[in-house]
Amino acid sequence: MLNSLLSIITFIPLLGAVILALFLRGDDEAAQRNAKWLALIATTATFLVSIFLYTGFDPANTGFQFVEERDWILGFQYKMGVDGISILFVLLTTFLMPLVIASCWDVKHRVKDYMIAFLLLETLMLGVFCALDLILFYLFFEAGLIPMFLIIGIWGGANRIYASFKFFLYTLLGSVLMLIAMIAMYVDAGTTDIPTLLTHNFASENFELLGIQIVGGMQTLMWLAFFASFAVKMPMWPVHTWLPDAHVQAPTAGSVVLAAILLKMGGYGFLRFSLPMFPVGSEVLGTFVLWISAIAIVYTSLVALAQSDMKKLIAYSSVAHMGYVTMGIFAVNQQGIDGAIFQMISHGFISGALFLCVGVIYDRMHTREIDAYGGLVNRMPAYALIFMLFTMANVGLPGTSGFIGEFLVLMGVFQVNTWVAVIATTGVILSAAYALWLYRRVVMGDLIKESLKSISDMTTRERAIFAPLIAMTLLLGVYPSLVTDIIGPSVGALITNYDTAVLDSGIATAVAEN
Amino acid sequence: MIQADLNVVLPEVILAVYAMAALMAAVYTTKDKAAPIVLWVTAGVFVLLAGVIGFGGSGEATAFGGAFVDDAFSRFAKVTILLSAAAILVLSQDFMTRHGLFRFEYPLLVALSVVGMMMMVSAGDLMALYMGLELQSLSLYVVAALRRDSVKSTEAGLKYFVLGALSSGMLLYGASLVYGYAGTTLFTGITAAAEGGIGLGLLFGLVFVVAGMAFKVSAAPFHMWTPDVYEGSPTPITAFFATAPKVAAMGLFARVVHDAFGGAVSDWSQIVAFLSVVSMFLGAVAAIGQRDIKRLMAYSSIAHMGFALMGLAAGTAAGVQAMLVYMAIYVVMNVGTFAFILSMEKDGQPVTDIDALQNYSRHQPGRALAMLVLMFSLAGIPPLVGFFGKYYVLQAAVDAGLAWLAVAGVIASVIGAFYYLRIIYYMYFGEERDALDGAMPPVGWALLMGSAAIMVLGVINLFGIEAPALAAAQALVN
Repeated sequence: MLNSLLSIITFIPLLGAVILALFLRGDDEAAQRNAKWLALIATTATFLVSIFLYTGFDPANTGFQFVEERDWILGFQYKMGVDGISILFVLLTTFLMPLVIASCWDVKHRVKDYMIAFLLLETLMLGVFCALDLILFYLFFEAGLIPMFLIIGIWGGANRIYASFKFFLYTLLGSVLMLIAMIAMYVDAGTTDIPTLLTHNFASENFELLGIQIVGGMQTLMWLAFFASFAVKMPMWPVHTWLPDAHVQAPTAGSVVLAAILLKMGGYGFLRFSLPMFPVGSEVLGTFVLWISAIAIVYTSLVALAQSDMKKLIAYSSVAHMGYVTMGIFAVNQQGIDGAIFQMISHGFISGALFLCVGVIYDRMHTREIDAYGGLVNRMPAYALIFMLFTMANVGLPGTSGFIGEFLVLMGVFQVNTWVAVIATTGVILSAAYALWLYRRVVMGDLIKESLKSISDMTTRERAIFAPLIAMTLLLGVYPSLVTDIIGPSVGALITNYDTAVLDSGIATAVAEN
Repeated sequence: MIQADLNVVLPEVILAVYAMAALMAAVYTTKDKAAPIVLWVTAGVFVLLAGVIGFGGSGEATAFGGAFVDDAFSRFAKVTILLSAAAILVLSQDFMTRHGLFRFEYPLLVALSVVGMMMMVSAGDLMALYMGLELQSLSLYVVAALRRDSVKSTEAGLKYFVLGALSSGMLLYGASLVYGYAGTTLFTGITAAAEGGIGLGLLFGLVFVVAGMAFKVSAAPFHMWTPDVYEGSPTPITAFFATAPKVAAMGLFARVVHDAFGGAVSDWSQIVAFLSVVSMFLGAVAAIGQRDIKRLMAYSSIAHMGFALMGLAAGTAAGVQAMLVYMAIYVVMNVGTFAFILSMEKDGQPVTDIDALQNYSRHQPGRALAMLVLMFSLAGIPPLVGFFGKYYVLQAAVDAGLAWLAVAGVIASVIGAFYYLRIIYYMYFGEERDALDGAMPPVGWALLMGSAAIMVLGVINLFGIEAPALAAAQALVN
C-alpha cells in the first residue's frame, strides 16, 4: 500500500466526487446533508491517509520518495513522488480541504455540484504537487481551472461571469506558453521525466532572435515561458489583476482555496522547474524578479490601503505576500528559499483564515463593504479575538508563522541585494497599516449601525473550523523547525546544484562584467 | 490481373454496388417507407466494412497500375470515415422523420459520398483523386439541399455547389500543370519528376492543387462557404459535413503532399503552415461574434482544421500521426456535440440560438454535463482528450522546428476557448428561461454520453489509437 500512497491520497477525493455524482439523487434537505457529509468524510480521509506520508518521509533524503511509476500514453509516465519541497504543499492541501468543506455548510444552492467541484479540485491540486512527469504536471495544473471556473461562475457574486472568464483566460494564456516550453524540453531531452530533467543541462549559449541578443539562450526563453505561467498563477505584479476580481466574486470557500492553495502552485513551479532546470535563465533574470517583487510588495500594499471591499483588500495583501515568496525564491540561498516555502505554508493558513473571517460576517450581513461594519467587538467577542490573531499574523507579528517567513526571506534577500531588501521591508510597515486599519474599522469602535445591533457571534461550527488554523499559525510561529527541518536538505541540494550549474556556464562572470 | 485489382478495391466495390442495388430496390418497391430500413442497413454496412478494413487489412497493395493504394494510412482514414458516417446516419433518423425530410435517397447518397471519400484517401493518381473528390462532392451538394422547399437549404446547396465547382476547377488546373511538367498523373511518377528540386511549373501546380484541397478542408482563406452551408443545411447534414468529409479531405491532403510531393517538403510546408495559422486565428476570432450554434461550430471546425494542418505542416511521420489522432478525436467530439445540437428544440422546432441554452443545466443536468465536457475538450483543456490531440500536433510542430506556429496555435486556442466557455456559461451561469424541449432520442443520448465518456476516459490510454495512427503515418511517409 505504501507503494501507491500518493495515488491513494490524490484520488480519494476523486472517488468521493464520482460516488456523489453517480449515486446521490435528489436535491432535498437530506440529499444536501449527505453530500456535505460525504465530502467531509472524503477530505478528512485524505488528510488522515496523508499523515502516513508525513511519518514515512525521510527529510535527510533529498531525492524523491514514495515514487510510483506506470506507463502512460505517448511514452509519458504516470509518475508520482514527493521530496522536501513538495511534501508540505501536499499536507497543506489535505489539511485545509476538510476545513473548506466545513466552511460551506450553509450553502443551499446546488450543494451536490458544489461538493463535487471541491473534491475534483482537491484531486487536481494534490496531483500538481505530486506529479513527476511534465505532462502529468501540466494536466493537473491546467485541469484545476475547470472546477475553479465553475465555482466562481455558479456560486459567485454579482459580477461572477466577468471574474470567471478573466480568471480562466488569463491563467490559460500563461499556461499554454509553458506547454510549448515543455514540448521544447521534451524534444531536447527526449523525456518528460522530472527527476531526469532536473539533471539535464539545457543549452545556454547566447544567440540572436529577431535581432535581439538572448543571454542564456534556450534556457532564458524557456524560463520566460514558465515564468509567464507561474507569474500569472502566483500572481506577480503586473499580471495580478485577475486575482482581486476572482477573489471578490468567488464564494468564501472558493476564495480560501484560491488564496491558500492555488496561488502556491506558482511558487512551487518556480522551485520545481525554473530554478533547478533553467539555472542560467534564472541567474540572468533573477535580479529582474527581485525588483518586480519589491515593486509588487510596495505597490499592492498601497493599493490595499485604498480598498473599501474587505475581500479585495485581503486579495491585494495576498499579492504583496506572494511578492516575498518570489523574492525569497530568486535570492537563491538557504534562508531565502526556506523563507519562501515557509511563507507559502504560513500564508496558506493565514489568508485562508482571513477569507473565512470575511465569510463569517458576510454570511450574516451579505456585504463585504468595510463601511457597513464597525464595533463588532461589542456583539462578537470571539470573532474579534480570532480576527485579531490572524490580522497580527498577516502583519508578521513575532510569535506567529507570518513573522518567520518574512524574516527569513528578508534575511536571504539582504545578502543578495540590499536595496531590494530595504524596499521590501517598507512593505512590512505598510502591511501593518492596512491590516490594522481594516481591523479598526470593522471590529473596533462603538456599535452604532442599526443593522449590526442583532448580529450574533460565531457558532460552534465556525469556531471549530478556526481552531486548527489558530493552532498551526501559533505552532509554526514558535517552532518553525517543524517546517525547516523537512525542507532544509532538499533546498540545500537545490542550491548546490544551482550554484554548480551557474558556475559551469560561466554566466555569473558575464553578468557581473556587464 | 484484374482479379487482383478488384481484390484491393473490394470494400469500395461492395459499397458502391450496395448503394446502387438498394437504390433500385427502394425505387421499385416502397420508396420512402423503406427509408428507416435503408438507413439502418447502410449504417450496418458501414460498420461491417469498417470492421473488415480495420481488422482484416494488412500490408500495402496497389491496384490499377498504382492509381489506387491500400495501405495502413488509407485504412485508418477509412475506418474513421465509415464509423463517423454510420454514427451520423443513425443520429439523423429521428430528426429527419419528424421534419419530413426522411427520403430513402438520403442514406444512399451518404453511402455514395462515402465511396468517394474512401477513393480519395486511397488515391495514388491525380485522376483517381479527382474521381473520388467529385463523387464525394456531388453527393454532398444534393444532401445539403435536401430540404427542397426551404430557401436557406437550397441556398446552402447552391453555394456549396458553386464554390465547390470553383475549387474543383482550381484543383484541376493545378493537376493539369502538374501533369504537364511531370509527364504523368501517377504520384510515384510525380515524385520521380520532382527529384533533385521541384521546378517552377510543378510548384505552380502544387499551389493550385493545395488551394483546391484547402477549399475542401475549409481552411482559411478558402473557408467562406463553410458558415453558410453549415447554417443552411438541415442539422444532421451539417453534422455529416463536420465529420467524415473533413477526415477524407485531410487524408487526401496528406496523401497528395506526402505521396506526390514527398521530396519537396520545404516547399509545401510553408504553404500549409500559412493555411494553418490563418485558419486557427480566423476560426477563433470570427466565432466570438456568433450567436447561432451551427455557425459557431462552422468556425470551430475551421479552427480545428488549422490545428490538424499544423501537424501536416511539420512534414514528418510524427506530424501525420498527430494529424490522424487529431482528426479521430475531432470527429468523436463533433458527433457528440451535434447529437446535442440536434436535441435543441422548442415546441418541436429546432433552435440554434445559443441564448436558448440559458440555465440548461437546471433542466437537464446530465446532458449539460456531457456538453460541458465536450466544450472543454474542444477548447483543448486537459485532462480531456481534446487536449491530447492538440498536444500531439504541437509536439510535431515544435519537433519539426515550427515553434512559431505552435506558439501562434496555442494563443489562438486561448482566444477560441472564449466561445466554448460562453456556451458553458449560458448552460450553467445563465438566467432562468423557458426550458427547451426535454425529449431526446435514445440514439442521440447514447452518442452524446458516449462521446463525453470517451473524452474523459481517454486520459487513461487514448483507447490505443496511437499505434494504428503511427503505423498509418509510417506507411504514408517514406
